[in-house]
Amino acid sequence: MALLQITEPGQAVDPHQRKHAAGIDLGTTNSLIAAVRAGETDTLPDFGGAHLLPSVVRYHTDGSVTVGAKALESAKEDPLNTIVSVKRLMGRGLEDVDTLGDQMPYDFVTKDKKGMPDINVASGPVSPVEVSAEILRNLAHRGEATLAGPLDGVVITVPAYFDDAQRQATKDAATLAHLNVLRLLNEPTAAAVAYGLDSGTEGVIAVYDLGGGTFDISLLRLNRGVFEVLSTGGNSALGGDDFDRAVASWLLAASGIEGEISKGQFRGLMLEARAIKEALSDQASVKVDIDLDGLIVKSEITREIFDELVAPFVGDSIKACRRAVRDAGVGLEDIKHVVLVGGSTRVPTVRAKVASYFHTEPLSNIDPDRVVAIGAAIQANILVGNKSDDEVLLLDVLPLSLGLETMGGLVEKVITRNTAIPVAKAQEFTTYKDGQTAMLIHIVQGERELVSDCRSLAQFELRGIPPMVAGAAKIQVMFQVDADGILSVSAKELSTGVETHIEVKPSYGLTEDEITTMLKASFEYAEADVATRSLTEAKVDTQRVIDAVANAIALDGDRLLSQQERSSLNETLAEVQAIATNSERASEITAASERLAKASDEFASRRMDDSVRQALAGTSLDELSESIADAED
Amino acid sequence: MDFQQTFFEIFQLPEAYHLDVDQLSSSYLELQKRIHPDNFSSATDTEKRHSLQWATHVNEAFTTLKSPLQRAIYMLEQRGLSIAHNPDLEPAFLMSQIELREELDDISETASEEIDAALSRLDGFKSSVKETLSSLEGSFAVQFDVELAAAEQTTYKMQFMNKLLVAADQLEEQLLDY
Ligand SMILES: Nc1ncnc2c1ncn2[C@@H]1O[C@H](COP(=O)(O)OP(=O)(O)O)[C@@H](O)[C@H]1O
Ligand SMILES: [Mg+2]
Repeated sequence: MALLQITEPGQAVDPHQRKHAAGIDLGTTNSLIAAVRAGETDTLPDFGGAHLLPSVVRYHTDGSVTVGAKALESAKEDPLNTIVSVKRLMGRGLEDVDTLGDQMPYDFVTKDKKGMPDINVASGPVSPVEVSAEILRNLAHRGEATLAGPLDGVVITVPAYFDDAQRQATKDAATLAHLNVLRLLNEPTAAAVAYGLDSGTEGVIAVYDLGGGTFDISLLRLNRGVFEVLSTGGNSALGGDDFDRAVASWLLAASGIEGEISKGQFRGLMLEARAIKEALSDQASVKVDIDLDGLIVKSEITREIFDELVAPFVGDSIKACRRAVRDAGVGLEDIKHVVLVGGSTRVPTVRAKVASYFHTEPLSNIDPDRVVAIGAAIQANILVGNKSDDEVLLLDVLPLSLGLETMGGLVEKVITRNTAIPVAKAQEFTTYKDGQTAMLIHIVQGERELVSDCRSLAQFELRGIPPMVAGAAKIQVMFQVDADGILSVSAKELSTGVETHIEVKPSYGLTEDEITTMLKASFEYAEADVATRSLTEAKVDTQRVIDAVANAIALDGDRLLSQQERSSLNETLAEVQAIATNSERASEITAASERLAKASDEFASRRMDDSVRQALAGTSLDELSESIADAED
Repeated sequence: MDFQQTFFEIFQLPEAYHLDVDQLSSSYLELQKRIHPDNFSSATDTEKRHSLQWATHVNEAFTTLKSPLQRAIYMLEQRGLSIAHNPDLEPAFLMSQIELREELDDISETASEEIDAALSRLDGFKSSVKETLSSLEGSFAVQFDVELAAAEQTTYKMQFMNKLLVAADQLEEQLLDY
């Protein structure tokens, strides 16, 4: 682990110092970390020179963990304690996990029927969020060692198709790994950023991402630094793993093997199948002769057979492309480039089918394994404040419609898929019985008409409605989706003006309490460390606010603050800086930080108004010159 | 922050039904470049909150003005007219709606025998609905200034035609098995 950099007491951190930022591609199969160094963006290797970290975590009896290639090697001999493809479990309930069947040979335990199931491993139960946090922690250490200092912020990528529960679970994992998440970025958008800024590509592009466990297709319009997502689609359970399984079953059938095989043999067979599949990307046929604990698999598989086996999966992906093209409202002829992302786009038949559907030879000049992490690193570098000259704006959309359960188990859509985010929508409800003081609200995500076919995000009871005759109460429920695609809900009673506080208890996510407990329990930070950790975090967070305010004063203080306001704000700033530097109590520092935030509230509003005015002033100038030109015609 | 501005004012566009889509888009992007939450990821919570509110508001304004139907509904609302759930429409229009629905059903029924023919009929169907829509949009622009009640009627017709288009898209999805 890298050493922490500690500034001398009393010495403020220079806000203009370059910050450490990284992009993390948290993949189903492989994960990567990338950073911008000396103007160059690249993925960071581990000590052994490997860039790809297999997303595999092995738990030992003593509570220690192994992450990556070493853990993958043990998958065969220790299948129950070696967790692979944990991304497929993120934000998922037991029912979904059951449909994954054989692919997840673990011992699942559930606290209640709703939540994400834990996995029983040698050291006790672990949640998929904790497993993901181990992968993130491993990559973060790599980043800290390479950049020689703690990470100020990271951008973590998620499939565009991820729903709210999956996004929230990813954010929770980052919290457990003590990472400051600047943004959750959609993987295809990240790839587009890498291509767009690298080669100055413009116009509509399609990003086709076929990884191990997920498939994503996104259409984006690139225009002078603006990356506008037009539509997105895909399948969060389609990928190279399906190819492996198809090859494995074919091998069993070809070798005349029927009936049950052990979990270890199954794992071994899957690993072999994957190696065979990857070899078939370069050669026309592969001879197979393996012995898995007495299970003899002997055969030869050709590329023709393989192409036929995977055709249904590739076909499904093309269907999703067709739909995304239609949703984007563009014609195939408008699509300038198709970018390939993900290891499974190395399969020749995949490339051929994609090329033939889009009528264009797809691009893969940036390594499809690394392109997502590279794009994420570029964005992280900008977001953390190491402003480069690139002016970049990423406009994303909601991947799946959000709705509410209505009578008879039907879904009423509140926000439809492919709506630009951030977005907010209010929905009004009324009571249907006299004197009714509570109502149940069930939020779902998905495109289908029946609640049972959509993902249940949250169910909560709205209490404290003033008793009135049926139909008189007006309850407004507000849905807000932020730029990360994460939903928050609030509600109020309109006719009496009573604000009803509601707590959204996520059906699949972790509660704040659970996260806190896990944070405390994480063995890396023993009991005594927790206090130190929270002090450090309070200091870092407060310093972030101080830097932001100081920076704002330097930029706009002259124009937007009166002499008096300015000196008063500067005074508060100095006081808070002193506390942040000298205090040893986290609570005191946090209180000071809140004081500063409050003192700068009005200034923040003015700055926002001012930038809106400036943006519009720019437009009206253009307008003016246009109308002059028109007049001269 | 001024949430009182009309959606047209936000983008500095004249309050007219026919609008310059390119100018709408470029004002939109210009605004988002300034106010998008990504510009504030290292800022204070207040700034983050303001930027989220603004970016949300600007998105709503943009989405509303971009869609001809939403734009019409919005303009009527600005004049104090809210859209009825069960509007009274001319019998002739309702009859034609029924016929169009039947045509859609017919396309769907014949699809099992002749998928390609059904798809091309569906294409024709969609473009004729779109044509009707654009002539309704033309009427709205004229009516809005002279006869609000007529503009309201036109908006209901636009709503019906839009629903037909959605149904046609759904059928297409089914036929193509997306
Ligand atoms: N040369 C290859 N030919 C075929 N498939 C490959 C090849 N290289 C990697 N893959 C497959 O790509 C998948 C992993 O892709 P990756 O993009 O890393 O996935 P993820 O984003 O899900 O982590 C695996 O299924 C792997 O077998
Ligand atoms: Mg990937």
